[in-house]
Amino acid sequence: MLGEGILKGLAETARNFAGSYVSKDRLTTVQYPEERAPAIEASRVFPFLVYDGADWEAGLRCVACQICEKECPPKCIYIEKSKDKKPDYVGKPQIYPAKFDIDISVCMSCQICVEVCPFEAIKMDTDFELSTDDRFGGLLLDRQELAKSNEYYHNIHPTEAAEVDARLAEEKAKAEVKAKAAADAAAAKAAAAATAGAAGTTPGNPAAAPAAKATEGEPKA
Amino acid sequence: MIDRLDQVFVLLLHWILGYLPGGWQAPVGVIVSAVCIVFLYPALFALAVLMERKGLGRMQNRYGPNRVGPFGILQPVADGIKSLTKEDIVPLNADALVHFMAPVVLVVAVFMMFAVMPMGRNMVLVNLDASLLFFFAMGATTELSIFMAGWSSRNKYSLLGAMRAVAQMISYEVPLLLSGVVIVMMTGSLSLVKMVEAQDHFTGWFPHWFVFTPWGLAGFVIFAIASTAETNRSPFDLPEGESELVAGYFTEYSGFKFALFFLGEYVEMFAVAGLGTTLFLGGWSAPLSVLAWVPSWIWFFGKVEIWICVFIWLRGTLPRLRQDQLMNFAWKFVLPMCLLNLFVAALWRFMGEGWLRWVVCSVLLVLAYVVMGNAEMRRKHFGPRTYRYAE
Repeated sequence: MLGEGILKGLAETARNFAGSYVSKDRLTTVQYPEERAPAIEASRVFPFLVYDGADWEAGLRCVACQICEKECPPKCIYIEKSKDKKPDYVGKPQIYPAKFDIDISVCMSCQICVEVCPFEAIKMDTDFELSTDDRFGGLLLDRQELAKSNEYYHNIHPTEAAEVDARLAEEKAKAEVKAKAAADAAAAKAAAAATAGAAGTTPGNPAAAPAAKATEGEPKA
Repeated sequence: MIDRLDQVFVLLLHWILGYLPGGWQAPVGVIVSAVCIVFLYPALFALAVLMERKGLGRMQNRYGPNRVGPFGILQPVADGIKSLTKEDIVPLNADALVHFMAPVVLVVAVFMMFAVMPMGRNMVLVNLDASLLFFFAMGATTELSIFMAGWSSRNKYSLLGAMRAVAQMISYEVPLLLSGVVIVMMTGSLSLVKMVEAQDHFTGWFPHWFVFTPWGLAGFVIFAIASTAETNRSPFDLPEGESELVAGYFTEYSGFKFALFFLGEYVEMFAVAGLGTTLFLGGWSAPLSVLAWVPSWIWFFGKVEIWICVFIWLRGTLPRLRQDQLMNFAWKFVLPMCLLNLFVAALWRFMGEGWLRWVVCSVLLVLAYVVMGNAEMRRKHFGPRTYRYAE
């Protein structure tokens, strides 16, 4: 009959109205400043720079390659390369960012900088309480404000951080093996050069590469 | 003592006027009463907004506002300060004068409705003989102000909202009036005071409210539907449908003018709730004869508040209608029911006392409701859409 549905609906809302006073479970609201919803691992807000170790300046993974700066769709990253070099996690001397600013008033949280970074140096943060009374300076984060430790990264994105760490360790091991192989090859080459004389100088490199591959034991592709 | 409490506001007014010379008494009395009305209803408006926000929140399993003051009771104060201090923006292309006048006309018209409303025994500002007519005339003026707002803003959303509002309000004005006409037929008067007095009798414990008769119940339901539409409340909130038209006819209003529209809307709600109470729910008369000692104004405002709560409840329950559903419902269902109700009321009158008229009138109305509800308001089942292309 006409109007039946309205009565049913009214009963439903009345039940919810009364129920919200009776059972606390119905209320889904989290009273924000006092209570907090549990952190969501996959959430992302703005990027930050990861550093290893205790000293943020020495431990920055960023090598100022500027790929993120170029890829950033709204162009909110500003990087200046350093003049000198410092050793990275593998031990290889690398350029580091003398200046690394992100304008979070421009950033659109697309995560493209994270996707393109070959050094696992830039990751997405989950900190959203960024309001400030300084509209320009307060929203332009420099590299000290952006630098956050690897432990912090493990805290906010445990799964992702573990994967990254495993990958970095693997790469480091590979690099070590490679360096060792290269050193071995160089030693062998030196020995061969010593025995064969002037003939071994030109095919030195092609001879070293298969040797390195052979010691690694697995194909690169 | 009880009588004193019942008449406390009337006695207070007379006491104040006692200090004035004779020629001044009448105008000052009117001004004082008008000022009371103008302050009372915005206060009730603040209460209603708070109730609405808390109530809707609870219906959706939320807390509602609970930050400003204990349990959020100072939220209306905060909202008021906010809207008063906001910038008042008038669009460059707007018709500035009409744009300014629209909220003023609305608020004036809406407050005028209370001039003839009996809010308690002897508590009526102007006891007009044709107060029902005056009330409806003022109610129709709000349509003008809404159209002024929509037209002068020079904004497509505003104009669409205003067009919808006018179409809707004119359509539902007819059932609103016709459901009131039934009461006029029964009491033989257009005076709201006389209508309440006609209902202020008891048989045993039970009151003679018009809602307890077949034609009164039908009129009451029709009036409730039409008054919801008149005040642009959900489910009839097409003129200001937020999801479709930003804010409808007051899209281009900000600051205090926006607050005035908001106020006007709620005070109109109080006005139609007060009229519905007066026509069908016995106005200021007590619901049981043993409760007749409670001051009459408490009954009036209590009934109005309950009516407002039902409005809020409906808003929390029903989705918005579509324009064609709105018009179909008004012209194909509500209006025929209204006309039938006029006939039933006449039948009731001329059948005289007895149980027969109860049976005949009830059967007629229920039959019409069921038949028309099934025939015209049946849900239409549309099949999958087919397309025919030129070969």
